[in-house]
Amino acid sequence: MGLIAEGILHAFRLLLSGDPEVWQITLLSLQISGAATLLSLAIGIPAGTALALARFPGRGLVVSLVNTGMGLPPVVVGLFVTILLWRNGVLGALELLYTPTAMVLAQLVIAAPIVTGLTMAAVQQIPERFRLQVLALGASRAQMTWVLVKEARLPLLAAMMAGFGGVISEVGASMMVGGNLKGSTRVLTTATVLETSKGNFDIAIALSVILLAITFLVNWALTAIQQRR
Amino acid sequence: MTRLVLALAAVVALTAALLPGRALTQTSVILSTTTSTQDSGLLDVLVPMFERKSGLTVKTISVGTGQALALAARGEADVTLAHAPALEKKYVEEGKMLNRRLVMYNDFIIVGPEDDPAKVKGQPSAVVALRRIAAAQARFVSRGDKSGTHLLEQGLWKLGGLEPTGAWYIESGQGMGATLGIANDRRAYTISDRGTWLAFQKRVSLRIMVEKDRPLLNIYSVMEVNPANGPRVNAGGGKAFAEFMLSPEVQALIRTFGVDKYGQALFVPIAGKKDEDF
Repeated sequence: MGLIAEGILHAFRLLLSGDPEVWQITLLSLQISGAATLLSLAIGIPAGTALALARFPGRGLVVSLVNTGMGLPPVVVGLFVTILLWRNGVLGALELLYTPTAMVLAQLVIAAPIVTGLTMAAVQQIPERFRLQVLALGASRAQMTWVLVKEARLPLLAAMMAGFGGVISEVGASMMVGGNLKGSTRVLTTATVLETSKGNFDIAIALSVILLAITFLVNWALTAIQQRR
Repeated sequence: MTRLVLALAAVVALTAALLPGRALTQTSVILSTTTSTQDSGLLDVLVPMFERKSGLTVKTISVGTGQALALAARGEADVTLAHAPALEKKYVEEGKMLNRRLVMYNDFIIVGPEDDPAKVKGQPSAVVALRRIAAAQARFVSRGDKSGTHLLEQGLWKLGGLEPTGAWYIESGQGMGATLGIANDRRAYTISDRGTWLAFQKRVSLRIMVEKDRPLLNIYSVMEVNPANGPRVNAGGGKAFAEFMLSPEVQALIRTFGVDKYGQALFVPIAGKKDEDF
């Protein structure tokens, strides 16, 4: 217990003393996971809305695949993305392995199905009568879709939080595709693993506390938007 | 609300675009190495020094020795710093790795619970100690991850003509620090490199049981990756890093590295020596 208290104190000291490495790692975590979440929204909201509204043969299979994708193990994603990005791999010419861009890519693969699946559920739970009414009032298909997305904004913000929470806390894929390089791809989770393996438990706890704190702050801000009347 | 989300999106997208992007092959060197060198903090000192001198960017990928060599053999690294002589020699014989040269050594120790159920404390021979642990079926935690430490441990069991199996033989599959923690909790024996032990000894109630036996020597070598392993191997950069590790300046730095923190040096520099000298 003493160790945890010590770690929490250490977290405050690190942040208040303006330790440049800790700030850089924290900022990088936010940038990478923030970018991955926003990209996943750009893909997941249209895809999820389309899946919710469209009817086509094989839809059940696609929906099952998306739902399975919501639980994709990050290490599995990390392994496949790493092999694709190897210099001798399919996408090797891009030279992306061990860069922040590679981490955004891996996290996007993790977050996109989460956002897609939750968007689908959110749009689908709007009663069909509401849709018909909007159309009857003379809305075009595009306008109707926009109204539905707006109507579903509460669960959509929840989808955003779930996507962000999934990637900011993820370590397996970030470690593999980023390589945990000091100053360029080291994020809060991979730094925590490293400090733990070095035996610096107090720093590891401090990093965990910072991770929890920023996850809380981001979710708090999103919740404030979500619950606004 | 939409405007707020859009503004947020713009800010994040902008910062993401400003992130350091792709590095060109010619200016970066991929060093595949073991977790123990990373955990010791030695590379945090040496890598920036090399980057300043050479103008190259080093990407240090710290993994188990088995993976470090496997990556290099696929041309996914340019230079390798490892500590598994038998495995390294195999890669050199296959032509995957070139120019293997010794850099430094430290040593492994067998640690165990204070009450020492297998009665091995002070035993000069590591092999005899392991035989006693096996005979007593006293708990032993193995790394089980093809790391240099695991390979050395397997070599010791083989030397003793033993094949450890049974409930007493626990495979952690984790790094050295975590493995020491497990050994501590389970009151078990394990083998650790001295560097990790020095970092962890305050956290655990284990004691050193066996040390300073020849088979416990932990020799680190640097190897260059054969450019034939893949089209993008930066052979020049790899060679430059290898030469750097063997330079008098770095060897002098290694000699005193860790004294300030642990009261003793973590490694002994041995550039120019051969395996036969040990």
